[in-house]
Amino acid sequence: MAADDVKPNEQIHPGKPVIVDRYTVGARINHWITAASLILLALSGLAMFHPSLFFLSGLFGGGQFTRFIHPWVGVVLFFSFLGLFLRFWKANLWRREDGTWLARFRDVLANQEDNVPEVGKYNAGQKLVFWSMSVLIVILISSGLVAWDQYFSQYTTIDQKRVAILVHSIAAVAIIGVWIVHFYSAIWVRGTIPAMTRGRVTGGWAWRHHRKWLRELVAKSSKGTGPSGSKPAE
Amino acid sequence: MFPPLPNPSTTETTPRFSEKDLIRRSASTVPAPEQHLTEVAKLIDVSKCIGCKACQTACIEWNDTHPEVGVFAGAFENPPDLTPDMFTLMRYSEWDNPETNELEWLIRKDGCMHCADPGCLKACPAPGAIVQYSNGIVDFVHENCIGCGYCIKGCPFNIPRISKVDHTAYKCTLCSDRVAVGQGPACAKACPTQAIVFGTKDEMKGWAAKRVEDLKSRGFANAGLYDPPGVGGTHVMYVLHHADQPELYSGLPKEPRISPLVEVWKGVTKYAGLTVLGVAAGVGLLHHLIMGPNRVTEADEEHAEELTEGDSHGRR
Repeated sequence: MAADDVKPNEQIHPGKPVIVDRYTVGARINHWITAASLILLALSGLAMFHPSLFFLSGLFGGGQFTRFIHPWVGVVLFFSFLGLFLRFWKANLWRREDGTWLARFRDVLANQEDNVPEVGKYNAGQKLVFWSMSVLIVILISSGLVAWDQYFSQYTTIDQKRVAILVHSIAAVAIIGVWIVHFYSAIWVRGTIPAMTRGRVTGGWAWRHHRKWLRELVAKSSKGTGPSGSKPAE
Repeated sequence: MFPPLPNPSTTETTPRFSEKDLIRRSASTVPAPEQHLTEVAKLIDVSKCIGCKACQTACIEWNDTHPEVGVFAGAFENPPDLTPDMFTLMRYSEWDNPETNELEWLIRKDGCMHCADPGCLKACPAPGAIVQYSNGIVDFVHENCIGCGYCIKGCPFNIPRISKVDHTAYKCTLCSDRVAVGQGPACAKACPTQAIVFGTKDEMKGWAAKRVEDLKSRGFANAGLYDPPGVGGTHVMYVLHHADQPELYSGLPKEPRISPLVEVWKGVTKYAGLTVLGVAAGVGLLHHLIMGPNRVTEADEEHAEELTEGDSHGRR
């Protein structure tokens, strides 16, 4: 059951403070390619979304290049996110405690996490971010292909293109909103950023925010089931 | 006969309209022009058209486009559709009139209608790529065009085409360069039967009324002028012998208007979208100001240390 949350390469390094591995170097590179793509897409997309943001096209060398590069970055994002999806989907499956966590979201916002259930590698908020990103990216790539005039204009009717561009713009607003939640949470909950930069968090961070995950890791390493882990001290 | 267009003068003429006569400019605002030019219009009398394609040829010549040599597609249309190099196209349809049991050959010169409420301009995200002059002409400014194809989605008549060469949108300009110096569109100049005439919009409506009257006297009871109000009227109008059924003429829309999808996309979505994002960012900022960061405490670290010290006494 809980094994879904714990990856074989996640190790605990005892010390002061305790250091816990959270993301492999592969996952981090994958994440940052996705992050860069999403930001580039947001900037270039917003340039074409609202006239007052058209100046953002200057970042890409003008309107023509913005129009050209946006869909290609979208393709990069799709495949990059697919990588993240395959890495993380299992740990993001909905669990019973997630409902309780969500019901007590006020306590979470009030920085009083003692009142919410212990959570595994991801809490309900993170899972919602994960699944909304997944769904929105599928919507965005499919509507985006319909709107990609340069290569795909002949395959759809104008009315289909109109639906696609409307859906695309609404989904884009939604995903930028989800990104704001994701970004804000990462800075609000201090100690989170190192998880995606150096790949590790402190034991205290894991205890505070993902206690169940920490317990599982400890249980695993004390049983010595980690593939590269040291034998338990006998 | 409608008075033919004058020949060009040999002396230099100053343009009759310019940037200062813009009433709309895509993705930007323009100051209201000092004076409102007389609205112009092109009137295409379908009942007088003989389908010779002189207008197409004149259009290619004047605009110096180079359509590629096509292939026979089994129909009179040549090329089969509007292209970035073919701004106007004779469309032919054959119709069995159930009332008279006669086969009617309905020929319509397709091209930009120069709507008073231009969907292309309203959909365009690039500042100044599409402009509308107070005389009614809707023109594309290619150096500002980014080639996104939004104008195609905005247009109720399926007119703009994106060039694969320079990735900008093309359509009929109503020969704005000729009109600016007192000339009429090249197609109107070339038309041998005066099926295409050009003048002020009022003149054209007056002329159309006479033509409609004439057609009615010849048994076309439903003859009428096509100047659809759904797009605020157009600056290219048709005289149709079956004005009650414009679809007969190769799918001329009966009640054209900017698609509601486009209006939602360019209206509420645009404003609500940015508002939602602004509010989301604001709520985040406010939350941080009020609640402050969520910091890991010394006690948390100690708990973790206890937990990892090999045995399970960290559990409470």
